[in-house]
Amino acid sequence: MSGTVQIRARVFAQPAAMAKTATRPVFLKSLTGIQGFDEISLGGLPRNRATLVMGGPGTGKSVFALQSLVGAASKNKQPGIFVAFEENIEAIFANAAGFDWELPALARKRLFFMNAQLSPAFVATGDFDLGGMLAMLEAKQIEIGAQWVVFDGIDVLLSLLRTPRAKMREIYRLRDWLTRRGLTAIITSKIDNEGNGSEGANYGFMQFMVDCVVRFDRRMEQGIPVRRLEISKYRGSAFAPGEFPLSFGPHGMEVASPGPTDVAQETSTERVSTGFVGLDEMLGGGLFRGSSTLITGAPGTSKTTLAGLFTESACARGERTLFVSFDEGGDRVRRNLKSVGIHLDAHLKHGVLQMYSGRTDAVNPEEHLIRITALIAEHKPRCMVIDPLSAIARTGSLSSARAIGNRLIYKLRDHHITAVITALVEGEDPQAEATELQISTIADSWIQLSYLVLGGERNRALTIVKSRGTRHSNQVRELVLSDKGLALSDVYSSGGEVLMGTLRWEKEAEERSRALISETESDAKRRELQFAEADTSARITALQLDLERQRAALMLNTRNVAARHVTSGEHQTEARRLRSGNGGDAVVPSAKRRASVAGKSRGNGNGQERVRRG
Amino acid sequence: MASRPIKQIAKAQSVTTVVVMRLYVAGRAPNSVKAIANLEAICREHLQDAYKLEIVDVCEHPRRALDDGVLVTPSLTKLSPSPGAHVIGNLSDTSSVLAALGLASARA
Repeated sequence: MSGTVQIRARVFAQPAAMAKTATRPVFLKSLTGIQGFDEISLGGLPRNRATLVMGGPGTGKSVFALQSLVGAASKNKQPGIFVAFEENIEAIFANAAGFDWELPALARKRLFFMNAQLSPAFVATGDFDLGGMLAMLEAKQIEIGAQWVVFDGIDVLLSLLRTPRAKMREIYRLRDWLTRRGLTAIITSKIDNEGNGSEGANYGFMQFMVDCVVRFDRRMEQGIPVRRLEISKYRGSAFAPGEFPLSFGPHGMEVASPGPTDVAQETSTERVSTGFVGLDEMLGGGLFRGSSTLITGAPGTSKTTLAGLFTESACARGERTLFVSFDEGGDRVRRNLKSVGIHLDAHLKHGVLQMYSGRTDAVNPEEHLIRITALIAEHKPRCMVIDPLSAIARTGSLSSARAIGNRLIYKLRDHHITAVITALVEGEDPQAEATELQISTIADSWIQLSYLVLGGERNRALTIVKSRGTRHSNQVRELVLSDKGLALSDVYSSGGEVLMGTLRWEKEAEERSRALISETESDAKRRELQFAEADTSARITALQLDLERQRAALMLNTRNVAARHVTSGEHQTEARRLRSGNGGDAVVPSAKRRASVAGKSRGNGNGQERVRRG
Repeated sequence: MASRPIKQIAKAQSVTTVVVMRLYVAGRAPNSVKAIANLEAICREHLQDAYKLEIVDVCEHPRRALDDGVLVTPSLTKLSPSPGAHVIGNLSDTSSVLAALGLASARA
């Protein structure tokens, strides 16, 4: 009794001094275990300090508080106390049953729940205080060694205090008690949508009293409720500013944290086939393991077919794959893919492939993210398809869909999942995606499928807009879809225009016939020339023969002349001998010699000429 | 003196049925001290000796207060006769205390 008196005296004598001690700059933090919150708060809630959680009804305050308590109790084995002013314990347990916290078992071991609902039968007759309750909690804290305490719905209690002065006094009392007991506390309090507490003026005061303030908010955006939280104060600590969307999944609340600010993921140089040889070639060998690829395109540009090829090849390699389709059931997707020769049924049966189909008409994009996250944890895929991610932008606000797109891609990257994500681009502007979900900037590769309308036809064109870390083709290719599957063909560019489809076919046919004609023409020319050559050489031969004949004739003629000369000479010699006896002997041999020399030299000349010609 | 017979009736009732109450206080906190004083005054004036009051100091017996579901102090519980009642505060508003305890007619 005397001890209590002393404490009371301190409470009232030194409130100002107490406030000063609370502004010590160094804070230790306690992790809440709430996905995302520990990141934006850079480590959790201030240890041994009070945190005020404010928000309208149904914004997630109580879940936040309870989940922090559960996280501390189950992960860090830190016992805690939950004081429920608003809901009864049964309702709290019923609500928590939707999460995998195993609250009843935990409550038996490390948690104490105090039903602090003030019955409507209570009649307030004059001033009261929290001294008794704190004394009880103190006893309980010592008994179970509690390190955490939650006061859920403190506004209900404070509303019973009639004067602002009394409220302020009790807030001081509470804060002082928490500080003295070294408890990490979460105090939740309702505020209306305008941000005013039902107890107006006291909330400014309460925010001043605590070391950390977290505001919860729930708004309707295009008919879909979107919850957000914001850390509006954190004494002595930095925190991520701004509002962060939150949602509820099987593990409880999840806050959309921007993720680690420094992106230091392991990068892989391993290539993964897209399941489409032509595209692999264009990408310089395929996609990098763990990269995310965005495929954008208008309706019917074969986005799903490309995604299906990727899925089939991944499954064929035995890699676990998750196929997420929005607004189209898995059966329908498989049937449609079968028509282009992609068979996924066997892989699904085998279990290597898992398919998830989400409806986007009434479900908050956040919830899809939660479900996909749960599936990733469960199926542990190496490859993944989301078809089309743009569907999540249809409901809810664009900004939250964008945030989810970003978080999803970062999540996939963290899990080192090779992903193909399709996005529908409506309208004629192929760059529209860049302004819509804005995921093209964080995706590693961006393949754009488009229709080119030329010559009264729509043809599919494929372009690799970007592909980080690869030498990729920068050409536009035509995507040809047949019952044999997909094929990429080179496109003609003619006069600065890309030709496709029939125009390409025409152009190809034209080129072919032109080639044929020119080949024929050159053949004819060759033959003509060959003929001319043959003709000339024939004439040369004829002339040669003629020449030889003439030479032969000439030689014959020469011989005849010589013969005649010899004959006449012999006649002369004979005559001379006849006339003068032996005087003529010296003359005859010399004449004979001269004739034979002349004949010989002529023969030699002919011989030489023949050799040269041959 | 029209009220006299009524008062006698009330007195007769209170004599036959003893009001059993329990007051939870937090040590010598100002409100708790006031509540004890206020309640004793009310009992003296309206119940004479036809009451039984137990004062529980939650600082000394926190487990008991927890088991009884007491949150704030001072807090008065009427255990019998039924209907029971719960009154919180320092009991400075005598008329509402009487109303809550079902003794309002005694003052009328």
